[in-house]
Amino acid sequence: MYTGMVTLQVLDTVFYEAQRQGRISFYVTTIGEEAINIASAAALTMDDLVFPQYREPGVLLWRGFTLQEFANQCFGNKADYGKGRQMPIHYGSNKLNYFTVSSTIATQLPPAVGAAYSLKMDKQDACAVTYFGDGGSSEGDFHAALNFAAVMEAPVIFICRNNGWAISTPTSDQFRSDGVAIRGQAYGVKSIRVDGNDALAMYNTVRAAREMAIGEQKPVLIEAMTYRVGHHSTSDDSTKYRPANEIEWWRMQKDPVNRLRKWIERNGWWSSEAESELRIDVRKQQEKLLRETIERHPRDYPEDVPL
Amino acid sequence: MASALRRLGSAAARRGLSTACEDTKKSLFQLPQAGGKSSNLCSAINQALHIALESDPRSYLFGEDVSFGGVFRCTTGLADRYGKSRVFNTPLCEQGIVGFGIGLAAMGNRAIAEIQFADYIFPAFDQIVNEASKFRYRSGNQFNCGGLTIRAPYGAVGHGGHYHSQSPEAFFCHVPGIKVVIPRSPRQAKGLLLSCIRDPNPVVFFEPKWLYRQAIEEVPEEDYMLPLSEAEVIREGSDITVVGWGAQLSIMEQACAGAEKEGISCELIDLKTLIPWDKETVEASVRKTGRLLISHEAPVTGGFGAEISASIVERCFLRLEAPVARICGLDTPFPLVFEPFYMPTKNKILDAIKATVNY
Repeated sequence: MYTGMVTLQVLDTVFYEAQRQGRISFYVTTIGEEAINIASAAALTMDDLVFPQYREPGVLLWRGFTLQEFANQCFGNKADYGKGRQMPIHYGSNKLNYFTVSSTIATQLPPAVGAAYSLKMDKQDACAVTYFGDGGSSEGDFHAALNFAAVMEAPVIFICRNNGWAISTPTSDQFRSDGVAIRGQAYGVKSIRVDGNDALAMYNTVRAAREMAIGEQKPVLIEAMTYRVGHHSTSDDSTKYRPANEIEWWRMQKDPVNRLRKWIERNGWWSSEAESELRIDVRKQQEKLLRETIERHPRDYPEDVPL
Repeated sequence: MASALRRLGSAAARRGLSTACEDTKKSLFQLPQAGGKSSNLCSAINQALHIALESDPRSYLFGEDVSFGGVFRCTTGLADRYGKSRVFNTPLCEQGIVGFGIGLAAMGNRAIAEIQFADYIFPAFDQIVNEASKFRYRSGNQFNCGGLTIRAPYGAVGHGGHYHSQSPEAFFCHVPGIKVVIPRSPRQAKGLLLSCIRDPNPVVFFEPKWLYRQAIEEVPEEDYMLPLSEAEVIREGSDITVVGWGAQLSIMEQACAGAEKEGISCELIDLKTLIPWDKETVEASVRKTGRLLISHEAPVTGGFGAEISASIVERCFLRLEAPVARICGLDTPFPLVFEPFYMPTKNKILDAIKATVNY
């Protein structure tokens, strides 16, 4: 799990910088939410169907999507599975059971319920898992999906990444309920709130939720509390609507990657040498891969941007 | 253990649906020879649904009130026959109904979603436009929801007013990635609905509610399908081409009969599938007659008649003897007591036929 989280961080850094250099048109980072991504993915099996929002590339990474495949989609080159039809970060992989990202908020929730119902009818030992943010919980599709999931008794896990922000809208402007977990309860869905930056808690929660969802054939809602350390996307500068020291505080004090690192170091399974080795390694790999991808598909690369 | 999706995917491929884009063989699309049982539209739809659920154990039918038979009785007997886990009521939420259907279809099932009235389809518009129609395209054909069919009663019923009479087909005709199909009669409806259900694309099927009980026809009892995207010339003529769909065709037929008495020979075409529509058949007809009139209940501005008109003018400009006429609903919300004035009536159509021919 730890190497997954670090790889995700490095991947984010490399692609973010690539966008800033004009190499790709757009990017969305997952900074601050690495634990939610990797730990939840680790608690699932490959048979579980994932219906992501767009801030869950870590789930895809965990399942085996290669750095090359990520790059292909971001460049929209000929090797992109999506055939260059969508903006960067709109990944999808049928072999990894990860449904293609769509930009529309929360529209993936009702289909996740339908897919879960299909699993139930086919008596599969699997569930559907769908992710969304605090902002997504305001959409009508959230209510439609939770209600349907409860009535149809569909084995679906709803994971809300409550990261405090929907672009520039803080949760205080998003809802006045006691977060999102209470809404699940209102619909008759078993709900739990968890510290989304605690990788172990996240893992255990999703593990238990999966058992419940499949064993009892009922939906579960998980509200994972976290913070969106990065900007909403490369088209956003979040210092315009929140204090820089708030961002720094979450980045330094509450980083989920650091937190897990301290734990594995204390247990003697990791060291600072291993740390720098891993980071340098992944970074080098990524940069080399980017260069190779551009060279392999020169026509899918902007003309005016130097290599 | 093989992945669930892989197993389902291969099962779906054996069925030749939803994972593939190829058309079902032409030989399947044949209206059975004479015979059949006298049925009205809702009974024909019911027969089609029975056959669909019988022929594919992984098909599901759901929507508001479908379990007891539906508010128009189109779904009678289905829940009893196929069980509550395949035919069931949903909560009152159109976006949920369609979204749920998309998910079912994405797993290789046939999902037949009912929207109680076309007037209420709008909450589902986002799911239809941003999810269903783009599901296959955005994934590079890794995923699709082709097994989805959405059925909704549409159109004037005599007393429906704003919210039980709408013809919203034009909104959906503007969405690449779905099909829109509208039957004119019971026999057509059964064959077309079965084609829609089995078509590897998400389809919106509008049923003319006026005809649920009013229209009675001999409907073959067996399983048969009618081809999509093929318009049908239901009356041959030489002076003017008249195009429509659904319930409006019976009004147009009366107008054509009236025109014939005045020596005007009308060629009447049922479009059947609105997108993708059969431009070739309409063009061939207009090349013959040189005149075109389109009629639909939906308001004239931005109605689907505008698309037909523009396309035919592009193709047949020099052949046309007169401007393309559109006799449609007025640009108002569908009124209650003023319905007879709002509707594109036989006389309005007849007047326009004469005006076009005498241009």
